[in-house]
Amino acid sequence: MTHDQDIDVSNLPSYAFDSRGLMWWGTLGIIAIEGTVFVLVLAGYFYLRQRTAEWPPGGLPTPELLWGTLNTVVLLVSLIPNYWTDRVAKRHDLRGVRIGLPICLGFAVVFLIIRVFEFGALDIRWDNNAYGSIVWTILGLHTAHLVTDAIDTAVLAVLMFTGPLEGRRFSDVNDNAFYWYFVVLAWIPIYAVVYLAPRWL
Amino acid sequence: MSTATTAPAVSDTSQERRQLERTWSDPPGFYGWLISVDHKSIGKRYIITAFAFFVLGGLLAVTMRLQLARPENHLVGPDLYNQLFTMHGSTMMFLFAVPVMEAMAIYLVPLMVGTRNIAFPRLNAFSYWVYLFGGLMLYTAFFLNSGPDVGWFSYVPLAGPEFTPGKRADFWAQTVTFTEVAALTVAVEIIATVFKLRAPGMALNRMPLFVWAMLVMAFMVIFAMPAVMLSSTMLIMDRLVGTHFFNPAEGGDALFWQHLFWFFGHPEVYIIFIPALGIISSIVAAFARRPVFGYLAMVLALVATGFTSFVLWVHHMFATVVPGMGKGFFTAASMMIAVPTGIQIFCWITTLWTGRPVTKTPLLFVLGFFFILVLGGLTGVMLASVSLDSQVHDSFFVVAHFHYVLIGGAVFPLFGGFYYWFPKITGRMLHETAGKWNFWLFFIGFNLTFFPMHQLGLEGMPRRVYTYSEATGWGDLNLMATIGAGLIALSVLVFILNVLWSLRRGEIAGDNPWRAGTLEWATSSPPRNDNFDFIPAVAAHEPLWEQKEEPAKTVGLSTEVREVLITTLLDARPDHRLTFPDPSIWPLLSAIAVSILFVGSIFTPWAVVWGSIPVTFALIGWFWPKPGKPKRTCRWKSRHDP
Repeated sequence: MTHDQDIDVSNLPSYAFDSRGLMWWGTLGIIAIEGTVFVLVLAGYFYLRQRTAEWPPGGLPTPELLWGTLNTVVLLVSLIPNYWTDRVAKRHDLRGVRIGLPICLGFAVVFLIIRVFEFGALDIRWDNNAYGSIVWTILGLHTAHLVTDAIDTAVLAVLMFTGPLEGRRFSDVNDNAFYWYFVVLAWIPIYAVVYLAPRWL
Repeated sequence: MSTATTAPAVSDTSQERRQLERTWSDPPGFYGWLISVDHKSIGKRYIITAFAFFVLGGLLAVTMRLQLARPENHLVGPDLYNQLFTMHGSTMMFLFAVPVMEAMAIYLVPLMVGTRNIAFPRLNAFSYWVYLFGGLMLYTAFFLNSGPDVGWFSYVPLAGPEFTPGKRADFWAQTVTFTEVAALTVAVEIIATVFKLRAPGMALNRMPLFVWAMLVMAFMVIFAMPAVMLSSTMLIMDRLVGTHFFNPAEGGDALFWQHLFWFFGHPEVYIIFIPALGIISSIVAAFARRPVFGYLAMVLALVATGFTSFVLWVHHMFATVVPGMGKGFFTAASMMIAVPTGIQIFCWITTLWTGRPVTKTPLLFVLGFFFILVLGGLTGVMLASVSLDSQVHDSFFVVAHFHYVLIGGAVFPLFGGFYYWFPKITGRMLHETAGKWNFWLFFIGFNLTFFPMHQLGLEGMPRRVYTYSEATGWGDLNLMATIGAGLIALSVLVFILNVLWSLRRGEIAGDNPWRAGTLEWATSSPPRNDNFDFIPAVAAHEPLWEQKEEPAKTVGLSTEVREVLITTLLDARPDHRLTFPDPSIWPLLSAIAVSILFVGSIFTPWAVVWGSIPVTFALIGWFWPKPGKPKRTCRWKSRHDP
């Protein structure tokens, strides 16, 4: 029994990109949660800092700039392949995605390797004092996000080669890039707090 | 106004209708139950589980009341008493209140916005299992005499490694992690469902107030719960791997804990309260037989309450060294939050005043809410004053206040909601006379229990003491409170018996027994597997009150695969069709893997390392597409076809 005001949706597409898609909103929700964690843990850094006259406490050296700065460069450059992969995915360019995703994954792996040196360059352990605890937690949290995203990218890349393929995989690539942008943008204030704040503030 | 309650006739499409129902059904049997991703199935088990924890938490409370019934009683000793009040608070806050409100949203929001499942259905199943395992872990610990014993807010330094050796505080910290993972995932699902799965035509300004309330609650969960996950993780790291977040000797700070905890803890109260406001709006509209007065004011009040609740947390810390300027700010904010609540109460009163109210059990609970919440709100405004708060801090006055707010503000509306939606969920009405007994026993018992506590607090009785001496003269009021607690227990028993009886013998409800106007009443009771045979097309606030003989509907969604309609954010215009997942075992397996990691980390930090391996495999299994099942949606136009 049809009705002249009925809405026929049979010709609508079966997936969409960016904020039209459901998964984009799910990803945004995760980003909001994790963004809140970062904001709180950075606020915690300054809270603990105002409890101590000297910062870093006990005449500790400020964290060495080399590895952290190198990683900042790696992350910023990684925006290029991610943006490119995002774009070719929106064009449904399978060959492009098969080139782009492994490159993005490569950047994530390089970053994670440098991150090991970063932890070493902090020159303090998490159980030395509260400064060590908070700095390790901040870096650890950010690393956890990178590991997750690296695994995510790897699985998606494999899927793009092995199949089964369907159109919405391309919107998954789009969401994967969206999350990576967050991981990169979250790093900038973290870098400023961990490396620059003890020097400049 | 039409009161047509039946779904549109679809006789000529009955075959498609059956196919659709089959597509959205769970496989039969226990395994089918384990792998279900249906929001109704998950919602029901979430509600039942949360209610079971409510009963357990209530039994702990009754035990405490029996101990306090007379001075120098020896029913339980101080150690068990400490576990009792900690378990009671943690159960009610983490295992009952937030989960049960989210559970109501899981069941009702998809029906109210006119879609076929909640967004991210497998995540929803995962959330339930994680929540269940977290609760079971806490009670297992309790029955092994390892229940947490440092209060539901687990203050350091008491909860730190120095003063609470053993594993009790660790079980508390990981319970928080379990329940917050569950709560946060549901929050994301609710937001996505509300934003993208609304039936065509349900613009944001036509959304039921219940859905608005759940949306605000979900946003609050997202910005509040990370604080407690972070702080409980810091606590367990202090205890387990020697960090110094809360250790003043190494640059840490005890108040750091309180700030983080109450940054979550105060919004938490409103996370519980705001959904209750949504329940009340649904009941008031249905029973006054008119839409709630002042829709825009109601929505803005909900949003304003949500925002304001984030700038109140320090009023839990007035007894600590907070700068005077700060105290002034938080006092003002604490008083200000009474304003939006007041606006809503006046809107409801106007609605009832100008409507034709029918006094059935759901409305009784709402009226009980008005009485109790206003009293609790008044003591709240009193406690916002620093000088008064410093006098009665940590006394029974505070216990009285927050039970008035939480039971009056959330549990009464929730019971009203149970009576209101039970017919939709089960197809049968709850017994009305038993409902009235349930209400009056609860209402009288509640006031008998908690009103005397105001006086006890003013007389100086501290909270969290396992006994008191005869010379204090507190015996009579305490006995009165214990009798009241007995009445509450009796009322809950009446409710449980009512549910059990009504499930078999209750009056058949029909689609819309209250003749309400929102979409959940447009489908059968209990709802079909696919919720609606056709996604409705919405043209009004209360679609069932304003619809014509033959309402417009949405056609063209697949009957062979689980397809839902995605609409635009503001106006809910049809945008695309999306295939939802079939039932899957992976959410359960992932929840088991995550639980092993969480429980293992209580005993060794290395559990986080080896425990993450099964988690990773489970999640990959979850996201890996099912092979060999061609779907209608597998086409795409590509310039580089493989």
